[in-house]
Amino acid sequence: MTNPGRAAARWLAGTPGLRWRQRRTLALALALPMLLAMLLSAGPARAHKPSDSYLSVAVAGSQVSGRWDIALRDLDFAIGLDANGDGDITWGELRARHSDIAAYAQARLIVHSDNQPCVLTVGAQMVDEHTDGAYSVLPLQWACLGAAGATPRSLALEYRLFADLDPQHRGLLKLSAGDLTRTAVLGPQAPVQSFDLGQASGWRQFVDYAREGVWHIWIGFDHILFLLSLLLPAVLVWQRPQGARRSPAWGRAADWLPVPRASQALWDVLRIVTAFTLAHSITLTLATLGVVVLPSRAVEATIAASVVVAALNNVFPLFTGRRWAVAFGFGLVHGFGFASVLADLGLPSDALALALVGFNLGVEAGQLAIVAVFLPLAYAVRRTVLYRQGVRIAGSLLIALLAGVWFAERAFNLVLLPF
Amino acid sequence: MMISTQWVSKALLLLLASSAAMAAPFVPASDSQVLERLPARASDPRAQEMQALRLAWRQQPADVDRAVRLAERYFDAVAAEGDPRYIGYAQAALAPWWALPAPPAPVRLLRAKLLQFDHRFDEALADLDAVLRDDPGNGAAWSWRAAIHMVRANYSQARLSCEQLAQRVTPLIGVACLAQVDAATGRADTAAAALRQALADAPDADAAQRLWALTRLAETEERRGAHAAAERAFGQALALNVDDVYLLAAYADFLLDRGRPAEVLTLLKDRTRADLLLLRLALAARAAGAPPHEPWTRTLGERFDAAALRGDTTHRKEAARYQLALRGQPVPALALARDNFAEQREPADARVLLEAALAARQPASAAPALQWMRESGIKSVVLQTLADQIKALP
Repeated sequence: MTNPGRAAARWLAGTPGLRWRQRRTLALALALPMLLAMLLSAGPARAHKPSDSYLSVAVAGSQVSGRWDIALRDLDFAIGLDANGDGDITWGELRARHSDIAAYAQARLIVHSDNQPCVLTVGAQMVDEHTDGAYSVLPLQWACLGAAGATPRSLALEYRLFADLDPQHRGLLKLSAGDLTRTAVLGPQAPVQSFDLGQASGWRQFVDYAREGVWHIWIGFDHILFLLSLLLPAVLVWQRPQGARRSPAWGRAADWLPVPRASQALWDVLRIVTAFTLAHSITLTLATLGVVVLPSRAVEATIAASVVVAALNNVFPLFTGRRWAVAFGFGLVHGFGFASVLADLGLPSDALALALVGFNLGVEAGQLAIVAVFLPLAYAVRRTVLYRQGVRIAGSLLIALLAGVWFAERAFNLVLLPF
Repeated sequence: MMISTQWVSKALLLLLASSAAMAAPFVPASDSQVLERLPARASDPRAQEMQALRLAWRQQPADVDRAVRLAERYFDAVAAEGDPRYIGYAQAALAPWWALPAPPAPVRLLRAKLLQFDHRFDEALADLDAVLRDDPGNGAAWSWRAAIHMVRANYSQARLSCEQLAQRVTPLIGVACLAQVDAATGRADTAAAALRQALADAPDADAAQRLWALTRLAETEERRGAHAAAERAFGQALALNVDDVYLLAAYADFLLDRGRPAEVLTLLKDRTRADLLLLRLALAARAAGAPPHEPWTRTLGERFDAAALRGDTTHRKEAARYQLALRGQPVPALALARDNFAEQREPADARVLLEAALAARQPASAAPALQWMRESGIKSVVLQTLADQIKALP
């Protein structure tokens, strides 16, 4: 027993703007008689409806594939399926005409990708049910003559199925490309329709990847905490207190004191951020181009360790004046981390450089936004004990603790934190 | 007891889920499995007749007579079976002339009939008027012109068309045409009397003409509240044994209003293919309490969704009733009924708008229907009751 309409429901699944009413809950009292009725009824109630075909086309990377459901009744009207004339179309009768159906369909659906013709291959014959009866299901695969491996930017469909037999026939198209799905009604009223696949311009692609870069730095807490750990002391300076020799606090060789001038803090931040950026840009590029490949678990664990080191340095100073060098060294590792995100996003082979630069600039923009918020705030409160002792020491220790747990999780493949 | 109920419910849900999971493209197991039943087998006389017309047309598709004969045959099939695919087939037969500004008169008349089926009333009227300019004696064109003006509540033009028609056809058709205008404009009593008399005077009129007149009479009597007389007329119309979706739907509505859903279930048994009739079946099942209406209601919903996918809005009246009576959704029902009433203004269109406005407690939305009632002067027991209820709303 099959349920017509479900096919349409599946066909619609994921289509924005069209919601399929689903009965999620069924009271038992309702379900029992319904089920009995469904089991006892001879078959689904089939509708009288105008002729439609259901065409779904999916563009994934350079692959263009799809599925085409055409009513058996319409195919019978067009090329005759009921071989023995008994009014019933059997699977045997349908199967025998598969190559004719495929040829008939092929000749009536012409696809161009980026203005280059695509050659359609039809897969094995299948069957499905829609509200008005059984449909022939044809799996489709197109080979397009565009640049090899390139993601199509536009798709043009020329649809002429049954145009001569039934001008009221429509092809209901569901076209998905990436995470974008749209629908269209094909037919003699508009036989050729073109669809912009959303990556129409290089600029658009560039902006998309830049946005991903910004987003990644903002949700990548390890990168943020690493940067913050290095920046926390930027509004302070590591030096002996003036007149310290005569004060009771003699013996403490040096301490973090507020910077006298903003320019000093700015200079410090600039060196650190530039070093970090330079470093991770290098490794991001190398990893994305496949020049250097590192195991991601080692990379992620080292990133966590880098946060621990940077945070602890604020409490137990190891490197006070050369934090830019630390930023550069560990920045190399963070770059590998960014690269794995970029790999997950999927890179267009025809616009690799564009995507890489876009993503990288996005990461920088995200970073600068964090610095722009952090620096004025920290500068303003740099003289307070709360900042110099509280934030610097307690904050850094907290960061180190958290990153330590991350390190344990990543290095030993454990799950310790819920996030 | 508790445990067994839980077990049964789990098993049922599992079964339902698996039946849904089975609904995916499949490869049938056996060559003999029947996938589709065609409307007719090749040996069916009706199918053979259609096939012969089709063959004749294909030999000379540019021959107007052959094309029109085939297209007419398809158009008649729509009325009998309610299957809109034939509309497209008819249009295909007229393809060489379809887009012409002034096709030959028989094509143009048929084009008007096909266009009105898509609710493209302006274009249809333009074609009819053009046909009548060249051939004022074309009875069929006058009759379609009257019908379209009736749907649009343009009663003066409808009356004019009926008067022209009456001069050219049998008295039965002429009287019936004018009677429907009278019935819609406050003279239902006169209309019913005239129809009864005309039917009595023409006992030998052909079935199609009697069907049309009897259906008008039944509706008029029902509107007046003369239920026994309406039932007699419906009975006589059904006894003609002409397959007519409109008549079945009208009689089913009559029975539903009289609280006799069981008879609707018998009347429309196996007529689930036509949406118009499936709607009545579901309403009857709901009113009778058995069989469960949900499978029919669900199927109906799927069909409305399928129609919406192709941008089809010609079934808004039915969709509104479905939303209102079967799904208990007065707000979407009201939107549909309002859009429908902007396009079609017959008593059934007014009724669903009034009912939806009442259920949604939005009396202001009923204004177009109330205005139409005032202007037309229609006398209808059902509509008047609804209008009173609307006016009583706070």
